[in-house]
Amino acid sequence: MAAMFSQNPLMNGPNYSINDAPRVNAPEGAREHRFDPYTDNGGSTLAIAGAKFAILAGDTRLTSGYSINSRHHPKLFKIGGTTADQKDATIVLSVVGFAADGEALKERLDTICKMYRYRHGKPMSVKACAQRLSTILYQKRFFPYYAHAILGGLDEEGQGAVYSYDPVGSYEREQCRAGGAAASLIMPFLDNQVNFKNQYIPNSGEGHALQERERRPLARDEVEVLVKDAFDGAVERHIEVGDGLQMMIITQDGIEEILLPLKKD
Amino acid sequence: MPGFDFSNYNRNAALHARGVPLPKATSTGTTIVGCIYEGGVVIAADTRATSGPIVADKNCEKLHYIASNIWCAGAGTAADTEFTTALISSQLELHALSTGRKARVVTCMTMLKQHLFRYQGHIGAYLVVAGVDPTGTHLFTVHAHGSTDKLPYVTMGSGSLAAMSVFETQWKASLTRDEAVKLCADAIEAGIWNDLGSGSNVDVAVITADKTTLMRNYIKPNERTQKLRSYAFPKGTTAVLNEKIIRKADLGNFVSVHELTEENDDKMEVDT
Repeated sequence: MAAMFSQNPLMNGPNYSINDAPRVNAPEGAREHRFDPYTDNGGSTLAIAGAKFAILAGDTRLTSGYSINSRHHPKLFKIGGTTADQKDATIVLSVVGFAADGEALKERLDTICKMYRYRHGKPMSVKACAQRLSTILYQKRFFPYYAHAILGGLDEEGQGAVYSYDPVGSYEREQCRAGGAAASLIMPFLDNQVNFKNQYIPNSGEGHALQERERRPLARDEVEVLVKDAFDGAVERHIEVGDGLQMMIITQDGIEEILLPLKKD
Repeated sequence: MPGFDFSNYNRNAALHARGVPLPKATSTGTTIVGCIYEGGVVIAADTRATSGPIVADKNCEKLHYIASNIWCAGAGTAADTEFTTALISSQLELHALSTGRKARVVTCMTMLKQHLFRYQGHIGAYLVVAGVDPTGTHLFTVHAHGSTDKLPYVTMGSGSLAAMSVFETQWKASLTRDEAVKLCADAIEAGIWNDLGSGSNVDVAVITADKTTLMRNYIKPNERTQKLRSYAFPKGTTAVLNEKIIRKADLGNFVSVHELTEENDDKMEVDT
């Protein structure tokens, strides 16, 4: 008897790719057969551009419904290296949303970057890579990659660069961006702590005449602290974020990878 | 008139037909369990309350008082578990007073199921009822539609599968009090780690013939990690466009003021 009223959302929601549940208002015996190719695998990502570095971060939890499919499934990928372990790569792609599409997108972009290197005898610039990624996404305008992509690297001047995308290829270079399930929790924190939004210099004027706190480029260790605190906060209040924090820091000397633990409940 | 107020029903139905969505209730996507042992019964729950994917309360109480010898663990819609248990608790107290006898667990379970069945599952309360009365030790589950089960060990909520897997591998017919508490706590922990709807702490209640022991936050395996730096702002960081001062003494004219003591357990999280 108990199983008749399952509380498990997996059995009620359209979490499987093939859905043949009876329709609520359908005529007697009628069934709608549908193909649901997308799943939301949760998780969150975050990227911040510094003066001489760019940091990308993402949690490593993979979910569907109320279940955890994996506690260590990275969302950050090095792009365009010459070897399988990508040790000479200079660009990082983060993808969050539907994990399978994220994987496919990474594979496409990496292949294209490698082809570019062989044809031109030089690695792709982040700017070029960013434009190409937009094209890849828009090519699937009517069957999109269900993912929020963020691309990070160093520009021609050696400054940190972060590009963020919507699922169909609209993109923009930004100072910082949060993506995924807890984006709405993390982004306001970033606006306040990276771009000093809504912060005024005390006693600098009256009412609207107050002077805004001036932006200054953040140091690498400051940004790492912000990223960790942002994710610790997201873990507290979002059920799909947790388990592990993967960070990639892109500098002139290459890409450094850091793995930190997050709460597992 | 007793019961629910349906006066907005037609208006809301019209609104809903025009595409206005229904308000979202706080659901305690939960792990709750119960287990009988020789000499009493143990029930336990996690302490996470969610609203969609957002954690609404990190340390809520899902173990509800019905009578001194009967307690209830609730999953489903938070308000429904809260009000249903409070209503039945009240009726049961009056029943005990008029009969001059201690209330029985079956009576409680029957009142719950009849109440829930009447509302055809619209009251989303999924309960584990446990207690000790003159007829013995009892453990039931009650579903929102009104069906009930009587079993030696039970689990409910979104973490019920994770919790049941612990019972199905470790449960045995004769348990001591400590073994039963450990088993229930382990089952809840399985839910906390493996079910996204459950999390934070473990609450346990042990009911025996002579007393009930509520162990609030019996295990706290999810303490918040320390922030790496302070986020306190210097005074004057926020723009003040205009101000009006109401003194604390005058505030008492409008609301009742309670002083918070230093050793208050439920202190608000504030950066210093």
